[in-house]
Amino acid sequence: MNQWKNFSKGFFKENPVLVLLLGMCPTLGVTTSAINGLGMGLATTFVLVMSNLVVSLVKSQIPDKVRIPSFIVIIASFVTMVELIMQAYVPALFDQLGLFIPLIVVNCIVLGRAEAFASKNNILSSALDGLGMGLGFAMALTILGGIRELLGNGSFFGFKFIQGDGMLVFVLAPGAFIALGYLIVLINKINKKTA
Amino acid sequence: MEYIIIIISAIFVNNIVLAQFLGICPFLGVSSKVETSAGMAGAVTFVMVIATIVTYLLQKYVLDAFGIAFMQTITFILVIASLVQLVEIILKKVSPALYQALGIFLPLITTNCAVLGVAILAVQKDYNLMESVVFAIANAVGFGLALITFAGLREHLELVSIPKGMKGVPIALVVAGLLALAFMGFAGIV
Repeated sequence: MNQWKNFSKGFFKENPVLVLLLGMCPTLGVTTSAINGLGMGLATTFVLVMSNLVVSLVKSQIPDKVRIPSFIVIIASFVTMVELIMQAYVPALFDQLGLFIPLIVVNCIVLGRAEAFASKNNILSSALDGLGMGLGFAMALTILGGIRELLGNGSFFGFKFIQGDGMLVFVLAPGAFIALGYLIVLINKINKKTA
Repeated sequence: MEYIIIIISAIFVNNIVLAQFLGICPFLGVSSKVETSAGMAGAVTFVMVIATIVTYLLQKYVLDAFGIAFMQTITFILVIASLVQLVEIILKKVSPALYQALGIFLPLITTNCAVLGVAILAVQKDYNLMESVVFAIANAVGFGLALITFAGLREHLELVSIPKGMKGVPIALVVAGLLALAFMGFAGIV
């Protein structure tokens, strides 16, 4: 029951993007389409689960004073792995996401979970927490990417079903801010109703 | 002439916050007062310029020279993390008031993607050392410009009545969107 809670809180109650407002840069930067959002979300999920796992494994070995730099090194190693793997197997997506792949390392969610959760809890809880948070992040990015793609391009996951160009502004920078703003209002409303 | 193009493009056309979405966390976090934003912009400028110089030299003379460019992410983030620590120590001694004001956001510069982003971008764009420095300064100015403008807008937002559900971050995001729309007007200058 408790483990389920560790896993499920990332989706609505503590959704990293929509409720905790962490990791805004990739959220706004890569969500020009649903597939980009999903790809970024899954890459971050991998880093989150692995770094949470390793941090929780070595937490008793790391002196308190150097804990943040140590966490960053652990995270950066996994980000480098993701970078190389994506470059090899999904080069098209890698080019699309570009700068934001190495920037996973400075995503506040990853360091935040390592510091706030993995450094205090056991391995299983930490891995589940990472998985839940990561999938919550992926969900938020996919939804936002989907909305922007739908409004801006008239398509969803690349399938075009509205003729014409759509409102181009939603694919460009301003649309990202505005769409996310209204999405947060919506989530707040849903959370208030269920709470 | 080349420097002028770099400067105008980094500040206005490809504004680091409003067009490239780097450094959004401090942009939303410390932008409720003009004064704190100015302090934050100063701290970021300092870290960004030094970080870009150090990472440029490292990339050129260590990573490229030994063929270990895949270590870029790890090396750069460590350099930035230690620089931030240094700035924190200096600021604590030199200006305790500013140190108090910036509070939690100073260590957060480490996870400010703008700093790492600019360092990586400078390498990707194949700039030489001088161009990299100009690029870093221009981006820092662009960051400060966006941050301070936005803080001014938010101070006024406090006074207007808006729907309850929109208060706080949602309305801030919508305003940021409009600001980004305004900055799109600069597209095509260079």
